[in-house]
Amino acid sequence: MSRHIVAPVQDIPPGSRKLVTVKGRPIAIFNIGGEYFGLLNRCPHQGGSLCEGRLTGLLESSRPGEYRYTRQGEILRCPWHGWEFDIRTGQSYCDPERIRTRAYAVNVEPGRLVVEGPYVAETVAVSVEQDYVVVDM
Amino acid sequence: MTPPAAGGIDCDIHPAVPSLQALLPYLDEHWREQVVTRGLDELASIAYPNNSPLTARPDWRPPSGRPGADLARLRAEALDPFGTSIAIANCLYGVQLLYSEDMAAAFARAVNDWMAKEWLDREPRLRASIVVPVQNPELAVDEIERCARDPRFVQVLLLVMGDSPLGKRRYWPIYAAAERHGLPIGIHAGSAYHTPPTPVGWPSYYTEDYVAQAQAFQTQLTSLICEGVFTRYPNLKVVLLESGFTWLPAHLWRLTKYWRGLRMEIPWVDRAPTDIVRSNVRLSLQPVDAPPDRDGLLRIIDHMQSDELLLFSTDYPHWQFDGDAALPEGLPDSLVRKMMLDNPRATYRRLPQPAGLGAPG
Repeated sequence: MSRHIVAPVQDIPPGSRKLVTVKGRPIAIFNIGGEYFGLLNRCPHQGGSLCEGRLTGLLESSRPGEYRYTRQGEILRCPWHGWEFDIRTGQSYCDPERIRTRAYAVNVEPGRLVVEGPYVAETVAVSVEQDYVVVDM
Repeated sequence: MTPPAAGGIDCDIHPAVPSLQALLPYLDEHWREQVVTRGLDELASIAYPNNSPLTARPDWRPPSGRPGADLARLRAEALDPFGTSIAIANCLYGVQLLYSEDMAAAFARAVNDWMAKEWLDREPRLRASIVVPVQNPELAVDEIERCARDPRFVQVLLLVMGDSPLGKRRYWPIYAAAERHGLPIGIHAGSAYHTPPTPVGWPSYYTEDYVAQAQAFQTQLTSLICEGVFTRYPNLKVVLLESGFTWLPAHLWRLTKYWRGLRMEIPWVDRAPTDIVRSNVRLSLQPVDAPPDRDGLLRIIDHMQSDELLLFSTDYPHWQFDGDAALPEGLPDSLVRKMMLDNPRATYRRLPQPAGLGAPG
C-alpha cells in the first residue's frame, strides 16, 4: 500500500467533495463535518459517478409505517438508480456482502510530514505550512 | 401418472355449490327469506362460465349440473386416480361479488357450513379453505374465528381481484387472524368484478380475462411485499392458487431491481423481495404455463432458486391437462416429492404431519 497526497485540505472543506485520480483510479473524496471518506467513483450497478450522488441518511424500519432516520449524511445514493452505499464501508444497503464499492482510507497529514515521504504527490505541490488530504491505496 | 411420491397432497381442487338451493339449509331464516323474496337465482359471475372448455375437462363434465358438484365423481376423478391422500377444497362461489357486507357474511357462513357437512364430513381425504366476506375485514375475521375451531379448515381463501390491493392495512386483521391460527392465506384466481380484470380496462374476451389473472397475481404479490405484510406477520404464508408460476422469476427480477433503488420509501422491506417470497410465498402447480420443451421448464424452475415454492395441484375440474398428466414431464423425482408431500405439509401446518414433527403450535 502507498499513501497519496491528493489535495490541500482547504480544497475539500466540510460539506464538499472532490473527484481525484490515484494510480489511474477515479476516487470520490468526501468531507463530512471534518471527517474524510473515499470511494471508488464507480457504482457497482452500472458505473454511475458516485461523486455526483446525494448524501442522505440511513432509513430503517422495524414495522410498516415506522420510519427511523439516522446517520444523516453518511449514506450515498447513486445519481443514476438510487442504490444506497455506506460512505464508511462502501457496502450497499441492498446486498452488503456482494454489492459494494471500494472504500479507501482518507486522512489529513501535516505538510512537514508529507514532504519527507514515503508519500506520493502526483499532482499536488506540497509545502510544510499546509495540511494535506492523503489517500491510502 | 405414477407419482414418485405416494399419497400426494393436492392443494387446489374445486368442489362446486350445485345451486343456490343447496345453500338454503345453511342460511339463517332472514337470508333464506331474502333469497325467496328477492328472487335470487345464482351468485354467478363471468369467472368459469359453465360451458367454457376451461371450466371442466370433457371427461370430468357431468351429463347435467355443475362440474365438481358431485362427491362420488370427485372421488373417482380427482382423488383415486392420483393416489391423493389429501386434497384442499377451494370453493369458488360468488360470495365476493356481493356489495352487501352482511349478505356476504351470511353466504360465507353458508358456504363454509355446507362444505363441512356435505364434503368434509363425508370424505376424510378432504380439507377446505375458509371462504370469507372480504368486503368487511371485521366480519371476515369473525368467520375465520368461527371456522378455525374445525381443524379440517386449513386456509383462508381470497380472490386475486377484489376492491383494493391486498397489502393495504385494512386487510391486516385477516392476516393477523390467519397467522394466529396457522392458516395460510390462499389467493385464488378470480375477481369480484367490481373493477376491470385488467389495469387498462375491460377486455372483450374470456381469454383475455383468464390470461390477465397472472398480472393480478403479480400486483397482489407486490402489494403484500411493499406494504410490509410479511414484516408485520413474519409467520404468515401466502399461497398463490391457479396463478401460474413461470412468470415469477422475471417478476421478482424486476421487483428486486427496483426495490434496490427505491426501497427508501418502504424501509420496512428490509430483505430483497426474492428472499421474502422464498420464506413466505408458495404457488400451486397447475396451470403450468410451460415452455414447449422440458429443458425450458427446468430452466424456469432453476430460476425460481428454490425447490420449496411449488405445491402440487390438479385444479380439478378445470381443464389444465389431459389424462393423469398432472405433473409436467421431466421433473426430477426429488422435486416431485417436495411438491407433492414436503412442501404442502410445511405450508399447511394443520395437515397431518410426519411423525416427530408435531402438530401446529
